[in-house]
Amino acid sequence: MHPALLGLVTIIMGVGGCVGYFWLSNIALDNFIYPPRGPNAGRNINRANIVRPWLFLFPALFALSVYLAYPVVETIRLSLTERVTQSDGSTTYDFVGFANYAQMMAEDKFWEALGNNMMWLIVVPALSTAFGLLAAQLTDRIGWGSIAKSLIFMPMAISFVGAAVIWKLVYDARPPGTEQIGILNAIYVWFSGNEPQQWLTVPFWNSFMLMIVLVWIQTGFAMVILSAALRGIPEETVEAAIVDGANPFQIFFKIKIPQIMGTIVVVWTTITIVVLKVFDIVFAMTNGQWETQVLANYMYDKLFRANDWGVGSAAAMVIMLLVTPILVWNVYNARKEMK
Amino acid sequence: MDNIAGTKSSLTWAVHLSVVALVALWLFPTVGLLVSSFRTADQIATSGWWKSMFPSEQNLTLRTDAPETQAQIDGLYVIEGKLFEEGKDATISVWGISSRAIADFNAGDTAELRKGGTVTVQADGSYRMENAEPFEGSRGSRIFVTAETPPEFTWANYKNVLITGDATDNMTKAFFNTLTVTIPATIIPILIAAFAAYALAWMDFPGRALLIAFIVALLVVPLQLALIPLLRLHLGIGIGKGYLGVWLAHTGFGLPLAIYLLRNYMVGLPRDIIENARVDGATEFQIFTKIILPLSFPALASFAIFQFLWTWNDLLVSLVFLIDATGETTVMTKQIVELLGTRGGNWEILATSAFVSISVPLLVFFAMQKYLVRGLLAGSVK
Repeated sequence: MHPALLGLVTIIMGVGGCVGYFWLSNIALDNFIYPPRGPNAGRNINRANIVRPWLFLFPALFALSVYLAYPVVETIRLSLTERVTQSDGSTTYDFVGFANYAQMMAEDKFWEALGNNMMWLIVVPALSTAFGLLAAQLTDRIGWGSIAKSLIFMPMAISFVGAAVIWKLVYDARPPGTEQIGILNAIYVWFSGNEPQQWLTVPFWNSFMLMIVLVWIQTGFAMVILSAALRGIPEETVEAAIVDGANPFQIFFKIKIPQIMGTIVVVWTTITIVVLKVFDIVFAMTNGQWETQVLANYMYDKLFRANDWGVGSAAAMVIMLLVTPILVWNVYNARKEMK
Repeated sequence: MDNIAGTKSSLTWAVHLSVVALVALWLFPTVGLLVSSFRTADQIATSGWWKSMFPSEQNLTLRTDAPETQAQIDGLYVIEGKLFEEGKDATISVWGISSRAIADFNAGDTAELRKGGTVTVQADGSYRMENAEPFEGSRGSRIFVTAETPPEFTWANYKNVLITGDATDNMTKAFFNTLTVTIPATIIPILIAAFAAYALAWMDFPGRALLIAFIVALLVVPLQLALIPLLRLHLGIGIGKGYLGVWLAHTGFGLPLAIYLLRNYMVGLPRDIIENARVDGATEFQIFTKIILPLSFPALASFAIFQFLWTWNDLLVSLVFLIDATGETTVMTKQIVELLGTRGGNWEILATSAFVSISVPLLVFFAMQKYLVRGLLAGSVK
């Protein structure tokens, strides 16, 4: 069957199935299992209302358990086992304790990936938030601010792979003496007179070249959120500062920033999570060569190139471990808010 | 605030200029790719895209018409014609008839040809060759010109990538594959999440707070953890690699955000409406479909955009759950990564393919930006 047709059938079956499930299960509950009539009418209505939330929740909970909760547990298990192919062709998973972790930590590539990830974790959220804050503050003060905002926000819609192509053109290098078609080398050669650089192959600095791509994408996100927060600041506080003779910089740093600190933290943590999962940019631009490896790509290498599920799972657990503080913090805040 | 006495900003100009600089910086890379996708391979390789906007000076090697087109006028053998193709609007400054002296003559000058006869070249590229004897040989003479050519753009790359290109260049199949992945993967999670969000927002049951915390926790679980266990599961229960697998995976991965966004929105709906409906005897199912769903349209739209952008732009999930060894089900992101490897220098193909892939999300983005912003605000700021 043609995939497009298959897609259409899936949409119809998926949507029809969902609606049908919700509709039929509610009818069954109300009319047959606990009908609101007869001697137990009152009790039945109560029981139906106890069951109903779970009818509504069931498909979502099922999908969440299978697609997110179960993998977490399974990955922990896999990271502690080794896949062995027996002589009769079957595969078994032998418990090996922390051997996978030990093996991973003995690899230079792992430490390179972890080191790079740490650098990403500092640079990308910091720069994105700073640029986002700057853009938010500046665009809020001018007439064509909303147009400027949507142009800065635009990279959000571009895929990491598309962004990789866009920035590869920026970093492109032609042999010395010929005309440079990458803007960065064109400027570099023009100003310094040196030979053009293959930016993506210069260790240490090339990681920054990759980070710039993510900063370019995430700044728009930071700007949108922070701009809303800036507008939510009560006018009186700013007016009082003006009356007291504060200059615009003092107003910004001493009055506005402290009031939106909570939002800055949210933006920072959200971008941090994106950074921890960053894969496509590195995969498409350098594939971890020239010392640009990051954890997500390291893990992909282990899983699908080296076919080493044990170490791959261990690497995934390291990413999970790094996310956990944010996870706990988010849950803590969500619970506090509900009370 | 700007109007308050004494703060009428002397910074206004600085602000305008900074924003212009910032926007230019953010737009520049994308514009570079867009412009490049409309240039020929030669143009891209020989000059930076930023120069393509202005007339450029180029050295060209052109050829006059072959001797067989000569005519006899007033006892002279004459070949006349234009050096440039029809419709090209270039201006010749200097020219020559030997590759070692390409700037010997000015436009309008007449040169002696080595094999006899003369040639006159005008600034607009028209030429006239004259000779007392007939011109001989099968090919015309070479003329080396330095010409100022106006900016020139072409649709040829798009034609190549969308219609005529061979299997590695042509994006049509990957485009439709991407669409096939995206649409069900956007619609189905919305539906499932909407029901769950309603239950979490407006139904009372034990464990509700715990469930919400569970969903908030799942919101940040890295996708990477799910790859092996789910691939094993899919292979184990016979789904294998394919569309069904990728739809299910995207549904699962999209659900936490969907439920979270929709629940936050539904909680904010006025309580009166729902309680009145309950008093009037509406069932929960009716309340949901007739009241909650229509009222939640902005939140549904927000999530739909997120999920659409995310599934359209995704590479990892498709790599793991969809694309098998045959490559029949390849998506655009994967094909572009492959092009980066095999055709790293062919910017005309790369730029055009990338833009084909980027154009749809950009359209969605500009058309529905309002909902996207609203969704972002609801999803991260509380």
